[in-house]
Amino acid sequence: MPIHEEHLIRPENLKTHENLVIDGVDVSGHWSTFIESRVVTDYNEAIEEEISSLPGGEFIHRCWQCGSCTNSCTVNAVNPEFNPRYWIYLIRMGMESELLRDRDIIWQCVSCNKCTYACPRDVMPEGVMKATAHWLELKGHTPKSPSTVFDEVFAGQVIETGKIEEGRVLRHFLKRTGQPMIQPWLVEMVKRMVFGLPLKMLIHLGLANIFRPRTSQWARARSAINEYVAEKEDEHQTALGLDDLVELAKQEVTSKSTPAGE
Amino acid sequence: MSSGKNYKKVAYYPGCALEGTAQAYDRSTKEVGKALGLELEEVKNWNCCGAMEVKNIDPKIQTYLSSRVMSIAANEMGHDVVMAPCNGCYHNLKKAEYDLQNDQESRKVVDRISTKAGHDTYQAGQVETIHALDWIRDEIGEEGLRERTKGALKGLKVANYYGCMYTRPRHIFPEKDQGEGSESTLTPHFMDDLLAAAGAENVDFPLKTACCGGAHTLSDSDTSTLLVTNILKAAEASGAEVIATECPTCHSGLEMHQIRAEKNFGYKSNVKIVYFTQLLGLALGLKPKAVGLHENISNSTDLLREKGIA
Repeated sequence: MPIHEEHLIRPENLKTHENLVIDGVDVSGHWSTFIESRVVTDYNEAIEEEISSLPGGEFIHRCWQCGSCTNSCTVNAVNPEFNPRYWIYLIRMGMESELLRDRDIIWQCVSCNKCTYACPRDVMPEGVMKATAHWLELKGHTPKSPSTVFDEVFAGQVIETGKIEEGRVLRHFLKRTGQPMIQPWLVEMVKRMVFGLPLKMLIHLGLANIFRPRTSQWARARSAINEYVAEKEDEHQTALGLDDLVELAKQEVTSKSTPAGE
Repeated sequence: MSSGKNYKKVAYYPGCALEGTAQAYDRSTKEVGKALGLELEEVKNWNCCGAMEVKNIDPKIQTYLSSRVMSIAANEMGHDVVMAPCNGCYHNLKKAEYDLQNDQESRKVVDRISTKAGHDTYQAGQVETIHALDWIRDEIGEEGLRERTKGALKGLKVANYYGCMYTRPRHIFPEKDQGEGSESTLTPHFMDDLLAAAGAENVDFPLKTACCGGAHTLSDSDTSTLLVTNILKAAEASGAEVIATECPTCHSGLEMHQIRAEKNFGYKSNVKIVYFTQLLGLALGLKPKAVGLHENISNSTDLLREKGIA
């Protein structure tokens, strides 16, 4: 079956009748041939262009639908619903509502780059997955995924100090995603770690939390990176047609923060 | 030697993980270098390469971060080779090299940030980035290791695990897949070759370049645990006693999810996880402490002692 017809045979689109006789033939029961007719009227042709404007999505137009990406995909092997080829098809066709059905799993791409390795057209599907996940978030279709929160905590530290310290990244990530620090596996890991470690090393690990490792004379690099990030964010906002929305939100915030009577 | 460059004295870029959870990798790499008469000079005042996260905020910032490391090595220290034992660092430096060679836009952004940050802009081609595997294989070679180790790892069954970032995507590793003597991106073998030269028995391990889910080890832990479980099962089914690693993210991922698989899913496995530099160090006669064997969460000391290796 062609990939674009896949959604037609979902259980909710199949017809089932308890008593149906057509031309004297009893066709009661479950018949996959009686598919609910479906006309797609909600094409959003802007999606492909919007996703191409985000980092990683640049080469989506090259796709030939060969399926090498899905065939090689690490996540597809553990969750068959994870289907990069299908999503690329939907994006290029502008089938937004069908794409949104999978909005909660697209961020799960683990960036193993098997798809990019296999792709004969250099679509860079790994990048497309990241761009699509960002598009979903920027458009407000999904909240920030745990992966995005992690990226932000991590990148925030790198831009701030030039280096990261893993314990700090872990704590901030668990805090921002509302998870308790005491995870059973983490406790077990620390136990086994502490068991084999000399005191010197434990002190070193502890101190890394107080004296954060940092690159010296980083301030100028930090401000140059921050300036670039801000520019890019503006660009993406414009490319996704979000300028008006952001302006509106800003006005709302200002009007609320201004005390009445002033 | 692939590039004809001398790897006797190279710039060393440990990266953040080797200062944190992977101190054992840092320690064993340095000790092995010392034992082999190779000199490492740490890149001065280095910064994070961007790991797997910064590119998701913006890939060109990652290119800048990696380029700064190479710029310091080349312009401030006069090196033409940077050795990075971490797959993430190695991958990102290679990626930056590729982008700066092929993408005008990346060059512009890197030049702009470098100038504002007050250091020389890195120019593509100034340094060659190599992995710890290239470093030992090209400078010492299998024959050299065979002479020095005298088959010390004899009787140890090893699954060599390379992960994702060492070989994928292919286009950032132009020196690989170049026929005899070069590394293969589909079935990498440099670690196999080195450990075999030290006497180890490499098992036929099908998941050499499978993904451990390292990028989502915390944000999507269940998926990562599932992926690691597959790797552990395959290693045990191949008859391996240890999994040799050459990446701090893979290594800590395997250790963490081995515990998680047991705690959360009831899957218990006995295969031990060891950095390849730790095995080489032991084979060269170094003490277990010197290569940081006690710093691993996966406890391989008993097994290696039993085999007469540690």
